[in-house]
Amino acid sequence: MTGSATPMVEVRGAHKMFGDLHVLRGVDLTVAPGEVCVVLGPSGSGKSTLLRCLNELEVLTGGSVRIDGELLGYREDSAGVLHRLHPTAIAQQRSRIGMVFQRFHLFPHMTALENVMEAQVQVLKRSKREARAKAVELLDRVGLSDRMDHYPAQLSGGQQQRVAIARALAMDPEIMLFDEPTSALDPELVGEVLAVMKDLAAGGMTMVVVTHEIGFAREVADHVVFMDEGVVVEEGAPSAVIDAPTEERTRDFLSHVL
Amino acid sequence: MTTASSTDPVPNRIHARPVPRPGRWIAAAIVVVLAAMAIHGLVTNPKFRWDIVWAYLRDVTVIRGVGWTLLLTFGSMVIGVVLAVLLAIMRRSDNPVLRSVSWFYIWLFRGTPIYTQLVFWGLISVLYPTLSLGIPFGPEFVTFQTDVVITAFWAALLGLGLNEAAYLAEIVRAGLGSVDKGQEEAARALGMKERTILRRIVIPQAMRVIVPPTGNETISMLKTTSLVLAVPFTLDLTYATNAIGNRLFEPIPLLIVSAFWYLLITSILMVGQHYLERYYGRGTGSEKPRRGGPRRPRSGRQAAIKASGTAKDDPFLEVTP
Repeated sequence: MTGSATPMVEVRGAHKMFGDLHVLRGVDLTVAPGEVCVVLGPSGSGKSTLLRCLNELEVLTGGSVRIDGELLGYREDSAGVLHRLHPTAIAQQRSRIGMVFQRFHLFPHMTALENVMEAQVQVLKRSKREARAKAVELLDRVGLSDRMDHYPAQLSGGQQQRVAIARALAMDPEIMLFDEPTSALDPELVGEVLAVMKDLAAGGMTMVVVTHEIGFAREVADHVVFMDEGVVVEEGAPSAVIDAPTEERTRDFLSHVL
Repeated sequence: MTTASSTDPVPNRIHARPVPRPGRWIAAAIVVVLAAMAIHGLVTNPKFRWDIVWAYLRDVTVIRGVGWTLLLTFGSMVIGVVLAVLLAIMRRSDNPVLRSVSWFYIWLFRGTPIYTQLVFWGLISVLYPTLSLGIPFGPEFVTFQTDVVITAFWAALLGLGLNEAAYLAEIVRAGLGSVDKGQEEAARALGMKERTILRRIVIPQAMRVIVPPTGNETISMLKTTSLVLAVPFTLDLTYATNAIGNRLFEPIPLLIVSAFWYLLITSILMVGQHYLERYYGRGTGSEKPRRGGPRRPRSGRQAAIKASGTAKDDPFLEVTP
């Protein structure tokens, strides 16, 4: 094995068309293991689409995504021809990639505890006992040990998002994807979700975060990517991209959000 | 007047006289008088023959009729639900052949009267004297006499069930469509397979939309079973009570007997429906957590404010007459 040389995420020449709409126009992205990568950009820049392509919720029109060296969604034979993977194999790949959505998408007919247990039992085939123990541990970690038997409708937005993070972590993912995790929250609830994410980053989790929280990017990110109109405009350390951007479009965007 | 209780959190609680509403009292009085007249007419008219009603309420043939009617109702609903879920999933399929077959089935069975369909199922053994399993236009492996396999009961059950499936399929389809797309996406992102997503995530949430109309369909089916004389199937409640009524030359008391039984069963079904709706409505924010939490969640406060009905979200409520 090449060991540490294998990037956790490797996107090469990603193109995505929705009908005639060219959303991604050749994106390259590399995220090393344990790295926190924050993707910034105006709405419509393709950053959420890029994130959704990282776990096959959207299928790329061109280019490739590799997670920990493994090609996502296809098998490449010795002649270089791509074969689409069976949905079961794609589901198996997805189970190792955690995803947190802007609108939480907790299962409303299950309690917080059952939400975190569900995929452990159904996908990883853990016993209920094992799944429950793991769920209790994770809900405690996100500070919700007193909310385990509540249904999502009985929780605040911030609490729901923390349950959603616990639900994704329960699968022991190699990487966590966050799609604007705080955009649907009341301002006073943003902090509690960001605190959980900081804790996760400090624990060495590889994370790709699409967000408008510039403060979070500056404090936590190892690597900031600025996207506009389907291409990566500028990337690098937060001190470079956020505090000393070289591109006009980056400066323009930051002047509007800071 | 000052309130005696010092525990009232509102020190200056308003104690005003309500608006006088004499119209309400007059309307109630009129309705009560009309109801009394109706009851008087029922009890004192000797032609109702309440003695016969009482005697035949517990008649063996009538009770058997109740049993057959229940069997037809639940049997056909089970056939209907299973087929309807299948049809609804076919309608959602990527496969155009499955989609069209489902559409055609619903078109055919919803577009023709149930009476016609029941007569047709009764005549199936005339149309196809033998049934066989085999390859179309090829060899046949097993052959049955149709009238041995499809008796009047099975014809009635199939006729009702296949017809009901078409209606239920539309209900199931609406239910599956009511579940937020984000739910499927979240489940997919967790690595669940399509079948697991349908079984564990989509269908349980769709049930909240599916159960109330299905309960209505069950109650409706209870009464539709009275049409099975078209097959003809002659053991159900309506046929049994009609036969007795004709034999005694007393049709009216026997009609009351069958009406009583239909009403009783409907009432029991309504209670069952209430509990089913409550079960599948769980997690929609109206009930308390299973084990009590120390603080009331925000959404609960919001729900309480909404439920009080004093704050209107809908601006049109104020202006529509």
